[in-house]
Amino acid sequence: MVYLTRKAEFSASHYYHNPEFTPEENQRIFGRCNNPHGHGHNYTLEVTVKGNVDQRSGFVVDLKELKEIMNREVIDAMDHRFLNKEVAEFKNQIPTTENLAISIWRRLQPKLNLAELHRVRVYETPDLFVDFYGEA
Amino acid sequence: MKAYLTRRYLFSASHRLHCDEMSAAENQSVYGKCNNPHGHGHNYSVEVTVGGHVDSRTGMVCNLVDLDSLVNEKILERFDHQNLNTLTEFQGTVPTTENLCVEIFDILEENFHHAQVDKVRIEETMLNSFEYAGGREIRY
Repeated sequence: MVYLTRKAEFSASHYYHNPEFTPEENQRIFGRCNNPHGHGHNYTLEVTVKGNVDQRSGFVVDLKELKEIMNREVIDAMDHRFLNKEVAEFKNQIPTTENLAISIWRRLQPKLNLAELHRVRVYETPDLFVDFYGEA
Repeated sequence: MKAYLTRRYLFSASHRLHCDEMSAAENQSVYGKCNNPHGHGHNYSVEVTVGGHVDSRTGMVCNLVDLDSLVNEKILERFDHQNLNTLTEFQGTVPTTENLCVEIFDILEENFHHAQVDKVRIEETMLNSFEYAGGREIRY
């Protein structure tokens, strides 16, 4: 079993707000992230897949294909977008880094039939990242 | 859904690696330059990983403000710009980064109650890093 990680970058804006909370609660829990006009990050995405090395090709997965899936399913949908308003799953869910990692997993997992998805890691900044392994 | 959140913090401190139970020659042989009696320093990078179910109301494993304030109070204020050998934690143990990693994990595990402390990873330099997950296997 060999693990392979492919990286991608995208930039997007978001804000944190739960309509079920009062304005005071939103402000207390989310602080500056509650600014309704949003703010942005340069996100780095790392997708790790695992599998056996194919004897003929020497690959776990065709990287070109993995790159195309990541571009199509994630980057095209999220790069230079306001996540709350332009990405379907975040109309009713707060686009925290945790939820972003889960959402990216759900977007990629059904499309990857060549290797098994192991981990989605999303860096919001170089000092803050979230890992999701598909755990319920 | 369970996710793991990692936050990186920085502090600078000095230490000297020396074991009283070893002879001077042994200390020199085991610790080399790190045995210099006047100590030396590092910029430590500490990555704290916490895990837990993502709260459906907040979308968070835990509020970063809570993690930042605890790490600030219990770790950064304690260790930043200190000589580790002078601290009570290291009177009986050598302040290697292995021991520092275990110490920081134990402090956080005892005091942080908003999510499970999963792992502490410390980079002593860009070339050396240490990880401790409370004795559990580390998953990559």
